[in-house]
Amino acid sequence: MRYQNATAYRFLAPYLLIFSVFWVWPIISSFLISFQATRTVPWRWAPTFNWGRLIGDPAFFNALKNTLLILVIQVPVMISLAIVMAVLLNSPLLKARGLYRFAFFAPVVVGEVAYSAVFRLMFNLNFGIINKLLNSVGLPSIDWFSNVTPAMALIMIAVTWRWAGYNAIILLAGLQSIPDDVYEAATLDRVSKVKQFFYITLPLLKPIIVFCAVLSIIGTMQLFTEPFLITERGGPGGGTETLGLLLYRQGFRSLNFGYASAVAYTMAGLAIAITLVQLWLTKEPK
Amino acid sequence: MSSRSQARLGRSIALHLFLTPLALIWLFPLWMMVVFSTMPDNGIFSPGIELLPHDNFVENFNNLQRDTNFVGAIGISVSVAVTYTFLSVLLTSMAGWALARYQFVGKGVVVAIILGTITLPYAVVLIPQFIMVARDFQLANTWVALIVPPLFNSLGVLFMRQSFSMMPGDLFDAARVEGVKEWRIFLFVALPLARPMLAALAIILFLASWNNYLWPLLINSQPGAMTAPVALGTLIGLTKVSWGGIMAGAVMLTVPMLVVFVLLQRHFIAGIAAGAIK
Repeated sequence: MRYQNATAYRFLAPYLLIFSVFWVWPIISSFLISFQATRTVPWRWAPTFNWGRLIGDPAFFNALKNTLLILVIQVPVMISLAIVMAVLLNSPLLKARGLYRFAFFAPVVVGEVAYSAVFRLMFNLNFGIINKLLNSVGLPSIDWFSNVTPAMALIMIAVTWRWAGYNAIILLAGLQSIPDDVYEAATLDRVSKVKQFFYITLPLLKPIIVFCAVLSIIGTMQLFTEPFLITERGGPGGGTETLGLLLYRQGFRSLNFGYASAVAYTMAGLAIAITLVQLWLTKEPK
Repeated sequence: MSSRSQARLGRSIALHLFLTPLALIWLFPLWMMVVFSTMPDNGIFSPGIELLPHDNFVENFNNLQRDTNFVGAIGISVSVAVTYTFLSVLLTSMAGWALARYQFVGKGVVVAIILGTITLPYAVVLIPQFIMVARDFQLANTWVALIVPPLFNSLGVLFMRQSFSMMPGDLFDAARVEGVKEWRIFLFVALPLARPMLAALAIILFLASWNNYLWPLLINSQPGAMTAPVALGTLIGLTKVSWGGIMAGAVMLTVPMLVVFVLLQRHFIAGIAAGAIK
């Protein structure tokens, strides 16, 4: 193929311009800002100013701990649920498939603000439908918003509801690319459905499961709207404070751009680590 | 009945017994959104269990409009989402076309930068984007601020590159032999062939723009410039506010998307599943 530089760059130019200005440059800029003292104008170069503060800041470690806790519990639960949804939706025995698909996939189109509002009402202490239903089967009400453990559980429930179907869509596409004859051969050999799941489906699906997990980890790592709106700015008392909220507070409430950039780059560091793990996990065996 | 088909029936029943309650739980928050949007506030905050819609939607909507100019905010959201979707589909399919169909100096670098940075968290660029748009360009609270920065999204580039590179090259070469210009080949041969992919991409981009919250919250915080999710978000947590109104707003943001989802499910699912091809 011959080189067509002029033609190619005419097609690329508009996108590359936006991509450079609003993505590539900010990635570099954010890194540089994290080494500057930005509380006073003009900003000055102070390599340990923000990073030094970060490693001694209990608010940072609280946000980091909460974020990791949500990651470690919520992501595996949601991915497992998504696998179950995808496998069952793919079953030839299922009737009214469209209805089930609608039920699980519908949350994908629901905006964060709309569903945060609904969850706040549903989990209200005295008037929420969830506590009313708990009471009606003889269980006590749970104060979802004033205690840390239920508040964290609520955030995880909300995120799982919103994103399980999204992952199920990706996994279902992966399942449908597994050829039928693999299962037919296994069935002829009298391999049980459960064994087929563990010895055929899961191994073949592994790259997609890892992909979904990475996507979910990076998404959850930046969790902002749910603790912002549902548990009201990371309440109770910072109990659901996340790195995303800390970044918002430092960057856009205190206008402390240097420190907020250090928080952002902590997330980037985590994301890079996770991506490297993904590459390693899905590496083709030599 | 043979024991085999009996086992099949048993499995089918077990499947539906498990999946039906799960599906109902999953639909429950959406159903309650609709129910809340039709109840007066004193009904929402009452001790009884209400699971069926009432008839207070219009009054709730009027209360919402009193609390914030929601109709105006919806207008901004629709205009921004439509413009953003059009521009993003155009820019990313042009870029995808160049990457799929031409050999040029720097191609490897462009692809490497896109793929190498795609998993970086959006949070990383938030601060510089804000400083640039709000301070350097003085564009806070404008439509440009809502539409242009999010155009960096590279999902479309990869998706369209994939789509164009799967098309048979002879088709385009035949047009070239006829002397058709490259931009006409792109516009009148390649794009029409890519229609299903363009539809899938457009739906995902529209949805992303429609539901976008963090960036519009930061950059367009003045009441007259807010998008609908931001306007609705400002009410959550206020004490003197109509919750029936908030729910009416949530329904207005959600139900149109649900209808689109049902009508265009195939494209929707293709668009989301496309995120997995890299």
